[in-house]
Amino acid sequence: MLKIENLHASIDGKEILKGLTLEVKAGEVHAIMGPNGAGKSTLASVLAGREEYEITAGTVDFEGKDLLEMATEDRAREGLFLAFQYPVEIPGVSNVNFLRTALNEIREYNGQEQISAKDFMALVREKSAIVELDAKLASRSVNEGFSGGEKKRNEIFQMAMLDPKLAILDETDSGLDIDALRIVANGVNTLKSDNNATIVITHYQRLLDYIVPDFVHVLYDGKIVKSGPKELALELEEKGYDWIKAEFQH
Amino acid sequence: MNLETIIPEMAASVNWKLEGNHLLSKDLQKKALSVLENTAFPTTRTEAWKYTRLAKIRNGNFVAQQTQLTSNRHQIDSNAVSMVFVNGHFAANLSSTEFPEGIKLLALSQMEPAELAVLGTDLPLDGELFNAFNTAYATDGVYLHISANMHIEPVIEITHITTGNSSIAHVRNILIAEAFSKAQVIQQYVTENAATCFTNVVTEVSVAKNAFLTIDKLQYEDESCFTVATEQVTQAADSNFTINTITLNGGLVRNNLNIAVNGNNCETHLNGAYILKGNQHVDNHTVVDHKVAHCVSNELYKGVIDEKATAVFNGKVFVRKDAQKINAFQSNGNVLLSDDATVNSKPELEIYADDVKCSHGSTTGQLDEEAVFYLRARGIGEKAARQLMVGAFVGDVFAKLTNEPVKLRVDQLLQERFEWNFD
Repeated sequence: MLKIENLHASIDGKEILKGLTLEVKAGEVHAIMGPNGAGKSTLASVLAGREEYEITAGTVDFEGKDLLEMATEDRAREGLFLAFQYPVEIPGVSNVNFLRTALNEIREYNGQEQISAKDFMALVREKSAIVELDAKLASRSVNEGFSGGEKKRNEIFQMAMLDPKLAILDETDSGLDIDALRIVANGVNTLKSDNNATIVITHYQRLLDYIVPDFVHVLYDGKIVKSGPKELALELEEKGYDWIKAEFQH
Repeated sequence: MNLETIIPEMAASVNWKLEGNHLLSKDLQKKALSVLENTAFPTTRTEAWKYTRLAKIRNGNFVAQQTQLTSNRHQIDSNAVSMVFVNGHFAANLSSTEFPEGIKLLALSQMEPAELAVLGTDLPLDGELFNAFNTAYATDGVYLHISANMHIEPVIEITHITTGNSSIAHVRNILIAEAFSKAQVIQQYVTENAATCFTNVVTEVSVAKNAFLTIDKLQYEDESCFTVATEQVTQAADSNFTINTITLNGGLVRNNLNIAVNGNNCETHLNGAYILKGNQHVDNHTVVDHKVAHCVSNELYKGVIDEKATAVFNGKVFVRKDAQKINAFQSNGNVLLSDDATVNSKPELEIYADDVKCSHGSTTGQLDEEAVFYLRARGIGEKAARQLMVGAFVGDVFAKLTNEPVKLRVDQLLQERFEWNFD
């Protein structure tokens, strides 16, 4: 589904990703862990199409298409979803209105008909239940006045509504209490299928107790330096990142 | 005007070919002419005109032109009682002929001299050039009198159409809502095949005891045209006055909205939205003068400024010494969509009473790029994302419009001019 090869990316002339390679197949959950500053969020930003980053080398293939050539909105329309680390508040734009616009633009791009108001509202009811999001929040302005946990749940609600092929969760667990974490993880697990894939970016192993990854990758200094089964996460939790740093420092 | 005796700097020296119907009293006209002979055009050194240059108006070669149009394609509300003026002259052929009970609605030109002689006397003339020009040269305008206790169901729609090359119009409207009456008025300013025209309109509004009056003012003139539009409003006790000023096109537009709240327990609502692009210059000057106690005023103006356009907002709220228990709120917000767009915003509160609740605020910024990215990351195209953000920003002003046909027209004009869909 996603094939990243030798990806180099920099911002303001500073290289952050230094030859990252990663392959994600349908049905898989990948966890990307790593110390602060390793390039985890940069990877998410580059995949979503943030224009501040300059791609200096490498390729990203998404379902047979060159992802890096696409505008942000087209990546979303092709089925890529980024759950933001810091979801943005947009006063005056209602959550449902915005989602309906998004859903219809995605459908139009894929040659599908617009969703009817009735079907849309039914979908909102169904999907908001997955993350136990109050129906009232669904009709409020996007993220405005939401608590941290509500914002993260809203991200997963949007993911449920848009039904992406590949979801990237950028530190979705940070700032969540254990109950919210469980709800968010449960939402992600419910949405999982053989046809979609998830990349979970996290600093803490805690989330991986709830979203069980097929692969764990350690990102350090702009590269994936270690990959392994889910047990690798426990090892990282136990030993911290220092042994990685010691091993790969140059 | 006697050109030989006029000092070149003075307003009376302008090269405009004017005509006056001598509508108002001779004395008033004489006084107005003398103001013009003794007052220079304001420059940007004059505080009230600091950000608005009048050279294009002052140096214009405008000619008063009487033109007939065969149809009015601007009608907003098909059920409205309609009064149409073309280049400052009443267009009887385009106006309603039947009127609901409880109103007297006619053109000033249809009135008896004796009736006219007592009108227009409250408008300040000293140092007020555009008021003086209007008083001296008004060719026509609306006279609306709403009888006491009458609730007028149909909206009263006043349309000013400007047409031709360099035409000039001076229009004087007089709206009187008697005690306990209720009515809704639309005032719209539009152009048809017009270039470099100038319209100078004064509307005097009197809202009597416990009367409710709403004015939706919609400005959509050609980008080469100039307008100075003044509303001089007085409110008596327990009255409720709302004015929504929506400016969507026009080269140079100056709105002077002066509201004197003379009675206790009044409510005053001033809402404004301006969406500008090109080289447009739109200047909203508002004054709310709270002279007595126990009143509420709410002012919300928002603007979106693109390309090389300029917006000016100057909102003054006075709370006089004995005007206790006043709640006065004022807010002006602007979004600049380009590096060349400009806004000058100056909210001002002058409070002489000590037991009041007042606030004012002004914000100017750009669209939140992070929010635009967020919307795009969900599959919304960049243009639609920006439009959604802009719509959300000015949407709370449009939400104040209660008249459905006006809302529809605003949406239609936004679509036409900006390709924006706000619903």
